[in-house]
Amino acid sequence: MRAVHHLTVPRALHPGAWWLWSLGMAVAASRTRNPVLLALILAVTGFVVASRRSDAPWAHSYAAFLKLGLVVIGIRVVLQALLSTRSQGNTVLFVLPQIPLPGWASGVKLGGEVTAEALITALYDGLQLAVMLCCIGAANALASPRRLLKSLPGALYEMGVACVVALTFAPQLVTDARRVRAARRLRGRTRGSFRTTAMPVLEGALDRSVELAAAMDSRGYGRTAQVPRHQRRLTGLCVLLGLLGILLGVYALLTDSMAFPLAASALSVGVLLAVGAMAVGRQRVTRTRYRPDPWALPEWLVVASGAIAAAAMATAAARGVSGLVLPGPLVVPPAPLVPIVGILVGLAPALVAPPLVKRAVA
Amino acid sequence: MIEFDRVTVTYDGATEPALQDVSFIVPEGELALVIGRTGSGKSTLLRAINGLVPHFTGGTLTGRVLVDGRDTRDYRPRDLADVVGMVGQDPMAGFVTDTVEDELAYSMESLGVAPDVMRRRVEETLDLLGLADVRDRALTSLSGGQRQRTAIGAALTSHPAVLVLDEPTSALDPQAAEEVLAALQRLVHDLGATVVMAEHRLERVIQYADRVIEVPGGSAAVSTGLPADQMVTAPVAPPVVELGRLAGWSPLPLSVRDARRAAVALRSRLDTSAPVRPAASLGDELARCTDLVVGYGNVIALRGVSVSIRSGEVVALMGRNGAGKSTLLNALVGILPARSGTATTAGADPRSTKPSKLVKAVGLVPQEPADLLYAATVADECASADSDFRVTPGSCRALLTRLAPDIDDRMHPRDLSEGQRLCLALAVVLCGAPPLLLLDEPTRGLDYGAKRRLVEILRELAAAGHAVVLSTHDVEMVAEVASRVLVLADGELVSDGETATVIAGSPAFAPQVAKILAPLPFLTVGEVATALERAS
Repeated sequence: MRAVHHLTVPRALHPGAWWLWSLGMAVAASRTRNPVLLALILAVTGFVVASRRSDAPWAHSYAAFLKLGLVVIGIRVVLQALLSTRSQGNTVLFVLPQIPLPGWASGVKLGGEVTAEALITALYDGLQLAVMLCCIGAANALASPRRLLKSLPGALYEMGVACVVALTFAPQLVTDARRVRAARRLRGRTRGSFRTTAMPVLEGALDRSVELAAAMDSRGYGRTAQVPRHQRRLTGLCVLLGLLGILLGVYALLTDSMAFPLAASALSVGVLLAVGAMAVGRQRVTRTRYRPDPWALPEWLVVASGAIAAAAMATAAARGVSGLVLPGPLVVPPAPLVPIVGILVGLAPALVAPPLVKRAVA
Repeated sequence: MIEFDRVTVTYDGATEPALQDVSFIVPEGELALVIGRTGSGKSTLLRAINGLVPHFTGGTLTGRVLVDGRDTRDYRPRDLADVVGMVGQDPMAGFVTDTVEDELAYSMESLGVAPDVMRRRVEETLDLLGLADVRDRALTSLSGGQRQRTAIGAALTSHPAVLVLDEPTSALDPQAAEEVLAALQRLVHDLGATVVMAEHRLERVIQYADRVIEVPGGSAAVSTGLPADQMVTAPVAPPVVELGRLAGWSPLPLSVRDARRAAVALRSRLDTSAPVRPAASLGDELARCTDLVVGYGNVIALRGVSVSIRSGEVVALMGRNGAGKSTLLNALVGILPARSGTATTAGADPRSTKPSKLVKAVGLVPQEPADLLYAATVADECASADSDFRVTPGSCRALLTRLAPDIDDRMHPRDLSEGQRLCLALAVVLCGAPPLLLLDEPTRGLDYGAKRRLVEILRELAAAGHAVVLSTHDVEMVAEVASRVLVLADGELVSDGETATVIAGSPAFAPQVAKILAPLPFLTVGEVATALERAS
């Protein structure tokens, strides 16, 4: 067996595998509002992140996504409390002062009675969204989006670099803004204006991007083989249409808003178009890739575990297995066996993903 | 290898050419050093080598630039990437990827080098530049010297015949600069690379150069020649050369070692005399730190520093990149909070003082002088500084004219050269006439002339009862101006004392004159000149 297939030989897992796994977990979360299952998904992703993340700066992003999730839940609950009606149930918890609204907004009620059912439903809805966010956060922490962009097919390379550069500039802007704000004190000013804060930051960013463009140009960025113009246009069109198809398909599959065959065919046509365009576009690209991440047994296993979790939840939802959707907000949430086993399969990466390379810090 | 044939560059909208009628040849395997004042066109010359001028910057280039037989007229920078490796002034600004290894491979990927060759060259380059320990670290977590070496490595891996470097050691501490220069030295000697490099800090690099290209700026002709010949007349010269000129040595020594051998007679002449140093007349205490601890996140930048600054002294703050110099300065103006201990400026906690009151007590010129500048023209900037500090209109402009006489009122602050921008920021801060003046690395990008003017101004301020604290890597500047030196290492104060006692004894911090004349206690060429006058 080659070394890349070993589960215990330390190396970094292919970023694509992490993203597919976490998408699988997100799909699983999208199929249920049962808080027990959602909490289980959160625990599973959290455990995998804790056991397999590196010490790179982006590996700390999971906590940020957790906080974001809490904010989402908070907003959801507060809004529901403000706009609560008795449509979900009659258990009134407390009464907020009601704000009278003009006649044209007669369907909307602001304040007034707040029912337990409404709040619990909002809590569960928010929880679902938060858990899906955390799945994305897990992918972020395990494999930075930059590394994922590195594995883009050759034809999309230039777009990928643009994204990478944008990703670097956002945090840089924050540091710059902080520095400029500190410098304002030195001019004896207490309050800032657009001119004294945004201008230096934006000017600095512009300077830096020109500098970077010069550096990239002198390092051979954009060297391409000659191809006829109409072929280049055709490739571009195919890529766009393909991406559109994929987007449509994924959206439909996640939200159940389209019939399954329609969604699946949109997805597959999109994939076909995109793959074709990449194959044609590749002729134009003369670049090579340094140490591409291998795709071997551990990657397959990680992706499979995510897929099993998603499939278990999706079939359970399609078959109408009880426990995915609660009969009412105020019942004790049940713990259905099959979905739980499915989600627990998602834990596999904590075992099958190779451990990280430990290097002595110099 | 590189041939400039009657090259003239004029940028769009400029009335005068940035370079005029430049002709020279750099043969293969040489290390050519480009010298000249700030803003004289050194960067333009370097960027013309790989075609960034005029392909990327715009403007008109007449004449011909040939690199390895290729005319930059027909080749864009990206098509010259396999021949010319370019390292810009700020390595961080040129990084495309986020880890050392990926950065080293980037140019090769663009050039389509086969994967196994790439892997081999990356490993070789990691060893050549001593980067193997940090190979998978994020670029943002590297020290200044490591970043610069990574940038050089990234330009090297595609095995270009020519390596072009714009001020590779300006922002580095002496130790890191030595690392970088040693690496360059190996490239030239072992690999036969042709290196063209611009640098203000001649004292660090002149001894390694095979050829000097002097860009005087304006319409004066660019001249080239052997370093020893060029240095006889060059307006910018390191202390070792100035000492040689003073003592009338011929041929002019370029390294401390050569100068030491030539200096036997001078040493015996100076044997009986001692340098005259005006004693600083110390006044009231202006700032004090007691057991100051400052940190960011879980990194502690200062651990228990106690310092007192009194009026009338010029204090130099030295130490490695990341030793805590900027942190100490920032804590003194209240930008950073103290974790424990206290920092007091003018008898009060700077964090709770109102900014408008604080600027009357202390002024800081930050490492990025541009942070202080908001206006669209130099004139506006001066006017707004006058109103910020509530001084009579025109005082900022008057200060600026003294610091840098030839700055046009209508220029945008960002279009000024780095040195001019610093002068502007300095004028803005100085016009509040704060008793305590803090400068964070004021000599970066300054040529010898501008440094000399800065030294004069700092001396005047100290004589008028101000206190100046400057953080710097420039030992020659410290020797000229500082009365006291603090050395920080890893957030702790490791030495604090008179300039002569602190820097003369240390191999890293000793200025060239001290190394040449040791064990005599001279630090600067000026001191030697005065002593010789008194002796005769």
